[in-house]
Amino acid sequence: MKKNVSNLNPLTKKNLITLLMCVVIFAIVQIWQASGSMGSLYQGLLVPICIYIIMAVSLNLVVGYLGELSLGHAGFMCVGAYVSSMFSIMTQNTIGNSLLRFAIAILIGGICAAIFGIIVGIPVLRLRGDYLAIVTLAFGEIIKNIVNVLYVGVDNNGVQIAIENSANINLDYANGGKMILNGPQGITGTPRDSTFVIGFILVMITLIVIMNFVNSRTGRAITAIRDNRIAAASVGINVTKYKLIAFALAAFFAGVAGALYSHNTASLSATTKNFGYMMSIMVLVYVVLGGMASIRGSVIATIILYALPEVLRQFNDNINNYRMLIYAIILIVMMIINNNDTIKDKLNIFKSKFKRKKVPKETKGAEV
Amino acid sequence: MEFISYLVNGISLGSIYALIALGYTMVYGIAKMLNFAHGDVIMIGGYVVFTSMTTMGMPTWVSILIGIVFCTLLGVVIEKVAYKPLRNATSLAVLITAIGMSYFLQNLALIVFGAGGKTFTSVVSMKPISLFDGQVTISGETIVTIIVSVILMIVLTLFVNRTKPGRAMLAVSEDRGAAQLMGVNVNRTISLTFAIGSGLAAVAGVLMCSSYTTLTPYIGAMPGIRAFVAAVFGGIGSIPGAMIGGILIGIIENLSKAYISSQLSDAIVFAVLIIVLLVKPTGLMGKKIAEKV
Amino acid sequence: MALLEVKNLGISFGGLRAVDGLNLRIEKGTLYGLIGPNGAGKTTVFNLLTGVYKPTIGTFALDGEVLNGKSQAQINHKGIARTFQNIRLFSKMSVLDNVKVGLHNNNKYSSFAGVFRLPSYFKQEKAMNKEAMDILKVFDLDKEASVTAENLPYGKQRKLEIARALATHPKLLLLDEPAAGMNPNETEELMKTIRFVRDEFDMTILLIEHDMRLVSGICEQLTVLNFGMELAKGETSEVLNNPEVITAYLGE
Repeated sequence: MKKNVSNLNPLTKKNLITLLMCVVIFAIVQIWQASGSMGSLYQGLLVPICIYIIMAVSLNLVVGYLGELSLGHAGFMCVGAYVSSMFSIMTQNTIGNSLLRFAIAILIGGICAAIFGIIVGIPVLRLRGDYLAIVTLAFGEIIKNIVNVLYVGVDNNGVQIAIENSANINLDYANGGKMILNGPQGITGTPRDSTFVIGFILVMITLIVIMNFVNSRTGRAITAIRDNRIAAASVGINVTKYKLIAFALAAFFAGVAGALYSHNTASLSATTKNFGYMMSIMVLVYVVLGGMASIRGSVIATIILYALPEVLRQFNDNINNYRMLIYAIILIVMMIINNNDTIKDKLNIFKSKFKRKKVPKETKGAEV
Repeated sequence: MEFISYLVNGISLGSIYALIALGYTMVYGIAKMLNFAHGDVIMIGGYVVFTSMTTMGMPTWVSILIGIVFCTLLGVVIEKVAYKPLRNATSLAVLITAIGMSYFLQNLALIVFGAGGKTFTSVVSMKPISLFDGQVTISGETIVTIIVSVILMIVLTLFVNRTKPGRAMLAVSEDRGAAQLMGVNVNRTISLTFAIGSGLAAVAGVLMCSSYTTLTPYIGAMPGIRAFVAAVFGGIGSIPGAMIGGILIGIIENLSKAYISSQLSDAIVFAVLIIVLLVKPTGLMGKKIAEKV
Repeated sequence: MALLEVKNLGISFGGLRAVDGLNLRIEKGTLYGLIGPNGAGKTTVFNLLTGVYKPTIGTFALDGEVLNGKSQAQINHKGIARTFQNIRLFSKMSVLDNVKVGLHNNNKYSSFAGVFRLPSYFKQEKAMNKEAMDILKVFDLDKEASVTAENLPYGKQRKLEIARALATHPKLLLLDEPAAGMNPNETEELMKTIRFVRDEFDMTILLIEHDMRLVSGICEQLTVLNFGMELAKGETSEVLNNPEVITAYLGE
């Protein structure tokens, strides 16, 4: 039965290769770490790379498969980061097993982000194109802004929430009252539960879930909406419902990435760079350069583009100063090479000289 | 009385947003792209004028002129180098390239001028004026900003509606293919649009730096986003929309800072944008586009 | 009772009446033609019947159930499927997947079953693949099942649109200029396919067409639209010899 299905889906093989690639990379990194020759610079990159792979792959679901430009993905990451962090701090004494606690924290972070995804998605998904982009950006910034004026504390009376000023919150400090989320100062003291192994497992789960999702009835409906909204409606697909499902699932994984992020840092605060539009844009760059609707592309692009500026950092000061400039130039040049018709044609001629194409009309675009 | 001074300051800030938003909206209307690097042209304008005044010791008016000319050329060069090769690419590809350009300009400024803030000397020498027996004081910068912006907007409106190149811009934004068939030089028109948009950004940069005096490589980013919001608010592609959108965003921002919450002003501005778009999905003055089935 | 009953249907766009007081009765199993000069409002009628536009006046009912005011997806669930004049395929998806999207509401399993590959996923996917291939065979597209839709030649793209619409198990199939851009041989073949679909699937078909050979070759009944209003209707041969119709097409 299974064989029959995979026969008709030549793309399943592609997915297996992607997963295999991740396992191989993981194994190499593990060996490298075990050999003791991996510098602290590289060690520090491992968990962030997992975080951004999850971000990129989930954003690809919205941008590549659903075909809607979202500039607010970091907002959902923010929700996941804060909620999971608060959960971990509050239950630090109740749930002794740190692995179990972290697992629940991740799940809660993801679910809260997904709920936000639905709340944001209902109004936003009615809009089109660039208007949708700017409104997702706006929502992302609103989330970041609100988190920065939020004060949450616990004492004997339970959880207390206030906005704008820490004086607005009446905590019974004498009897073990504790401020958890302290406005713009954010959250300190989140248990540092994130490890590379957990990050890798989460990446694999994300990849498998999104690949299976895309390669199912629901995923087909979503891709159909991207390719032609009116035709999709004409064959009985409820466009709003499926857009919302895709949006919520992507938000869920952004929340998971957020949980991984917040449990990887001693003090968490929301800035434009980590949870604002700059982060959303950075992840969008990974998705676009990796290729729309290409999950493998998102993974590879994230690894290379995230590591590139960091690796350039270790060279002498001269290069270090120029690293972001080099990054920007590479980005522009790559976009032009990939998208300029004349250059593309020339590249294709160049390529075809070296290898003859097997089947010219192969199913492409929607790698699943 | 306080209200009046908040309102006037809001209009002044809004005029700066409007000048920047004009660049966004014109480029969007004509090249159908979101030029994310536009905000950074403001920053470059600020640095050029600063260098010219402080390091080279040029008189103020010469410095401003140098700033405008430099940014105008910069806008044209950016378009030629980065965007023109992508004329037929998807809008997303162009957006990412624009983001790359934004990174490029910020980091270039970082290398050339350093990360530390520079103190910009105001180009306005006008004394603040007092109204209502000194209850309301309005700074010279505020007044000059409003006057300069209004003049520029009038000139731009006349240029677009009354001159041949201006009407060519309208034609290209309406239908590029048809405009080309009618003999409009599309490439030149797009260059002109970038030139005007960047020139306005330089003026906005000088006015902004005069009011807020600190200059860093990142000062363009946030006003850029706000102005982008303003352009969408007014209906992206519409020139009067950008003007109205810019001024309204400035007023909303200042009044919400004064009366609701200084920390939540960002959220309020964005929330207003969302509400407007939900009621009018193409912005205040945007045209409704029906899809043909 | 007629399968499709349209009563006094009309829509105005900013004062312009694109369709005005249209009445139609289509019996089950009929091959019905909707013809008229360019701009007569034929496609607008299709857009009204499929929920793309909401009528300003009048009603239409399928099998006695009034459908106006319902969404595109709901109307499709009730049994009206269509093709488009300017082909609207899921261009980046494979030919097979295009048809499987059409089967979306006939083989249901939850997103959860899809993500976690529960047995219902395999069972339903297998059934979908089989049915999709069967439909593709009717249109001689089974060999191109894995080709990306946008890479199909034009004539086959038109056929794929019909296949996709059929996959939704409609009671009424609306074809918007199915022969547009086809050469005489292809048109001939298409006529056979349309007849085959009608007989094999027991389908009722309403089609818009400019190619008079196709219209006179397969349509049993016709309605002629001009300026949004009905000009003539009846048996094909009668209508085509009606002097008013000839005038509308050729001018005085």
